[in-house]
Amino acid sequence: MAYRFKDTSKIPERLSGGHRMCAGCGAPVTVRTVLRAIEPEHRAVISSATGCLEVSTCIYPYTSWHDSFIHSAFENAAATISGVEAAYEALKRRGKIDEEVKFIAFGGDGGTYDIGLQSLSGAMERGHKITYVCYDNEAYMNTGIQRSSSTPLYANTTTSPAGQQRFGKVQFKKDLTMIMAAHDIPYVAQSAPYRNMKDLYEKSKKAIYTDGPAFLNVLSPCPRGWRYDTPKLMEIIGLAIDSCVWPLYEVEGGKFRLTHRPKEKVPVREYLKMQGRFSHLFNGENEEHIEEIQKIVDSRWERLLELCEES
Amino acid sequence: MAIREKLSGNEAVAVAMKQIEPDVVAAFPITPSTEVPQYFSQFVANGQVDTEFVAVESEHSAMSACIGSQAAGGRTMTATSSNGMALMWEMLYIASSLRLPIVMALVNRALSGPINIHNDHSDSMGARDSGWIQLYSETNQEAYDNFIQAVRIGEHTDVLLPVMVCYDGFITSHAVENIEILEDGEVKDFVGEYEPLHYLLDRERAISLGALDLPSIYFEHKRGQAQAMINAKQVILDVAAEYERLTGRRYGLFEEYMLSDAEVAVVVLNSTAGTTKAVVDKLRSRGIKAGLLKPRVFRPFPYDEIREALGHVKGIAVLDKAEGFSGAGGPLFTEVGSALQGIANVEMTSYIYGLGGRDVTVDHIESVFMDLKDRLADGKGNKITYLGIHE
Repeated sequence: MAYRFKDTSKIPERLSGGHRMCAGCGAPVTVRTVLRAIEPEHRAVISSATGCLEVSTCIYPYTSWHDSFIHSAFENAAATISGVEAAYEALKRRGKIDEEVKFIAFGGDGGTYDIGLQSLSGAMERGHKITYVCYDNEAYMNTGIQRSSSTPLYANTTTSPAGQQRFGKVQFKKDLTMIMAAHDIPYVAQSAPYRNMKDLYEKSKKAIYTDGPAFLNVLSPCPRGWRYDTPKLMEIIGLAIDSCVWPLYEVEGGKFRLTHRPKEKVPVREYLKMQGRFSHLFNGENEEHIEEIQKIVDSRWERLLELCEES
Repeated sequence: MAIREKLSGNEAVAVAMKQIEPDVVAAFPITPSTEVPQYFSQFVANGQVDTEFVAVESEHSAMSACIGSQAAGGRTMTATSSNGMALMWEMLYIASSLRLPIVMALVNRALSGPINIHNDHSDSMGARDSGWIQLYSETNQEAYDNFIQAVRIGEHTDVLLPVMVCYDGFITSHAVENIEILEDGEVKDFVGEYEPLHYLLDRERAISLGALDLPSIYFEHKRGQAQAMINAKQVILDVAAEYERLTGRRYGLFEEYMLSDAEVAVVVLNSTAGTTKAVVDKLRSRGIKAGLLKPRVFRPFPYDEIREALGHVKGIAVLDKAEGFSGAGGPLFTEVGSALQGIANVEMTSYIYGLGGRDVTVDHIESVFMDLKDRLADGKGNKITYLGIHE
């Protein structure tokens, strides 16, 4: 059946409103879309890394989570959910459980690209039937916008500040989606909550119903860290996709496939200029840095096209 | 029917694990505990257990997976030593605060640095404030017996705390001794089915665990956890009584050896208690009223009972196989000292011994008793002595 947002939006929510995430934050939009992909008759257990999502959705004695939820620490959402899944397998074998339960972990880029990378890699390699979702907002937002290995080149953060001598973060963004693809797990995808949510919904469906580990990397902008007006969330995501800064693709059984090809590639400058974290590049003296970013984006895009056997 | 076996400490614990047949074992190898997951994964490979064995990529993930598994509703176990438990540190506190009765074999080994694979108690002593119940084991038999009892202690609804069963690396873990083990069915009946009150996979009710606690509630949660540890003392005794009916082997909060009329006594944990018993026998044959108190339960610490047991002893040496760096004696010494506070005319002294696996012989222990006697005679002696150190 063809995807229709009108239909999927009627699927009951599994994350209640009233949580304390900021207006204009991409993370809860990501979470709600991912969870909608679970068949309503199936239960799920969710784990979350410490981060904005966890401290805003589960403050004692309240919880926004309709499914069972566990947070234990920052770097171990994958290891924690792998333990839950192991118990499920054991209890199922012993006839104590007979229903279908899905296991999903959420972590920000801090908990996924950085402090939790080992735990994630281990859980994926062991082949647990879990879906790990990184909501990537490109810095440690929960502690106040510090750089991560996901922060892009020249972004201004509180530990990679723009100053007289430096122009924000001096290193490139780590390509975690490719690292996960190199794990040769059944399903890896890069997505974003955008427009009618079709891309993210369909990839979530595939990930959650893959027989084995799956990884989703989902661009989830942060209005506080990226410095944009909250209503512009969708516009920013659209520019990230259409400028090829954040290409949408999936890797299924080792095969790369582009899931969206921009009709017209938007210059990266259009994406950068909407965000306060890059405003220092637009003062008239730092134009060459924008060019440098454009070159990197172009080269990564070309490489991806080759992998997807497109040109 | 008891079965006589010759087993190393690690093998005995692995056999206990097999007989308990938990839902999940998640572990990462580290000397000298490695054999436990090794033996156990062989039981899995042979189909002797239908436990899910999770070969994690680190001890941090081992404890994280144990937390996920036990929270999900599975009975869960692990084994580690030294730096392995140090890497779990953060998760030890979270396991106990989530009130998850995970059982861990902690094969005591010196904590780096310098790196050293041999036995002392710096690993478990460092974790003494992590909210885990700690049981110590002198012999392979005690390691086996403690491990089985740990399940019932931790899972008791008055307790709901994780339990670590400590035994000495190499000395106990690798040495083979004659022990008595139970029939598989007896162990299964003793531990029973795991029936958690709240668990993630409960089909009737979804739960959230690990919520953010603000200052309005964090304190109350910690108070509840403290009460669980207080409650554990009686549960440990009740479980021991039931275990004694099954096996004939008696366990308490500590073991007293020739203590009731002792004038001088040593307090020491784990395998060195065996050495001390030999020395006590020897001194008793010479008419010296020597005795031993060997704590089995270090957390919760049995203050009142130890005060009662040691109150009449004139000279007490507390032997710590961990430095503690308090500048005022080892961790067991400071605990025993606070148990005895206010009791007049007790000479107490701290000995640090055996760090990094330095051998402790009967001669060393005998010198401790002799020093105690001298101290009682002339009132002179060190507050802290490093036993067997090369000066």
